[in-house]
Amino acid sequence: MSPARPVGAEALAAKGWLRAQRWLILRRLSQFGILALFLAGPLAGLWIVKGNLNYSLTLGVLPLTDPFVALQSLLAGHIPETLGLTGAAIVAAFYALVGGRAYCAWVCPVNLVTDAADRLRDRLGIKGSVHFPRASRYWIFAAALLVSLITGVTAWELVNPVSLLHRGLLFGLGAAWMAVLAVFLFDLLVMRRGWCGHLCPVGACYSLLGRWSPLRVSAAKRVACDDCMDCFEICPEPHVIRPALKGEGVGPVILASECTNCGRCIDVCSKDVFVFGSRFNNPVSAPPSRPDSLAGETH
Amino acid sequence: MAAAKNSTRRRFLADTARLACGAGMLGLGLGLFARQAKALPPLALRPPGALPEADFLGACVRCGLCVRDCPPQILGLARPESPVAVGTPYFTARTGPCEMCDDIPCVKACPTGALDHGLTDIGQARMGLAVLIDHETCLNFQGLRCDVCYRVCPAIDKAITLELLPNTRTGRHALFLPTVHSDACTGCGKCEKSCVLDEAAIRVLPVKLAKGAIGQHYRLGWEEQKKAGHSLIDEKSMVDLPDRLPEGTRLPGHFDPGSGPAVPSAPPGMPGTVAGPVPSAPPGLGGGK
Repeated sequence: MSPARPVGAEALAAKGWLRAQRWLILRRLSQFGILALFLAGPLAGLWIVKGNLNYSLTLGVLPLTDPFVALQSLLAGHIPETLGLTGAAIVAAFYALVGGRAYCAWVCPVNLVTDAADRLRDRLGIKGSVHFPRASRYWIFAAALLVSLITGVTAWELVNPVSLLHRGLLFGLGAAWMAVLAVFLFDLLVMRRGWCGHLCPVGACYSLLGRWSPLRVSAAKRVACDDCMDCFEICPEPHVIRPALKGEGVGPVILASECTNCGRCIDVCSKDVFVFGSRFNNPVSAPPSRPDSLAGETH
Repeated sequence: MAAAKNSTRRRFLADTARLACGAGMLGLGLGLFARQAKALPPLALRPPGALPEADFLGACVRCGLCVRDCPPQILGLARPESPVAVGTPYFTARTGPCEMCDDIPCVKACPTGALDHGLTDIGQARMGLAVLIDHETCLNFQGLRCDVCYRVCPAIDKAITLELLPNTRTGRHALFLPTVHSDACTGCGKCEKSCVLDEAAIRVLPVKLAKGAIGQHYRLGWEEQKKAGHSLIDEKSMVDLPDRLPEGTRLPGHFDPGSGPAVPSAPPGMPGTVAGPVPSAPPGLGGGK
């Protein structure tokens, strides 16, 4: 599984420290920056953003509503006020453009927890993993909607670790740290990339939203791939890479909506195979040359 | 080849069945949890304009905007360990009652209408209903003049009045009984907050818990009479049954034609010949004017 050398070592040598983690740094800046904007109110009395990730009002004018919560509420039989609906429309439109799961990689505070778990898992060399299909999240998503419909309660909000953590940081954590710890331990000990990559229905909702998003990662220079496998190692959703990087008769753009647009593959590739690009710039090119060891491995 | 296809299909079906089962189990657990979450503990009060609890839990997105915009900062979002559905706003009257702001900023802040935007007059809010729950410890019931709940009430003399009763312990004083009127009480909780006892004798409870409901079919004769402008029955042909009094009791001046003519020869206008209040009753008990 894990190579003898650390993932990204070649990129580090070839591209230098900054370029080998540019997107990671930007992503952390985004995650902490958004958190700081939310925290500035309760901590410093600087009310730029009010609310939390379920619904927030920025500078008193920009409403943002989590579409999954809004959907549960609708199914529970309640139509939100104009602000709530407008916020859901804005968020849905935004993530339909930039890739739904960009929320997971660039905004969601649980990503910090699960990334930490993944890093520690690698560091400790923990191997074993329970297997859940990655489609589990869509089933959980559907189940949450169904329960909302039947009970008239926004069901996932009773247990959602994402809102438990984010709301907890802003309004008082209470016992919510236990839910966060559970997610951390689950990812660390039970299943690699378990929560964000397999179970979380919030991510599933955003994934569906970004189904046709124009902004995608593209393996534009896939002919340069030297099969070091670092991108597969670092990617939280490695199954999305293979068709784009190795697929025959398809273009180099990562079309799977489960790609979080985190850009880590761009960082760790010493050959600069990956770039952010448009899904429409996806010429069906000749299959990249491959060493014999990999021949016939793709579907 | 066919066998391979068959086994692929079989695996697909098995996987799907597994997922469906897993999601079903999770959904069941979530559903049961959701039903349980609908039980709001009696001492947790929702902000003004909150929809009925069952609707509220489907409407509230747990954003906390009402909490942020509450000027006296009495609202909080429920934490996982609190008995209120997690993330939803509530306040506790005993520690921080609603200050009843005229412009109701919490309702205005709500993006979903879980707090009903139709509420524009805070006097119409019904967050709960105050109940003087313990007569045994309430100081006014002991004949003292505490009156604190009455005096702090934002709707003084409407939501809480002091009703007079003779103090039989001293024989010469009055009891001033704080009495809540549901048509004016908003459930803000000021009375509960300021009750001077260690444990409040007056508490704000959910209306459903605090209020009785008369049967739909039930009619109060005297009110129907007032509405119609006359008695709804033929008073003349009404049979008056004897009043039941404890054995040997005699109320001087008690009017009871049903027991036979007690004072047959008394001229009209004499005590005991006309219906009326018991003459010896003090003012405030139906006697006097």
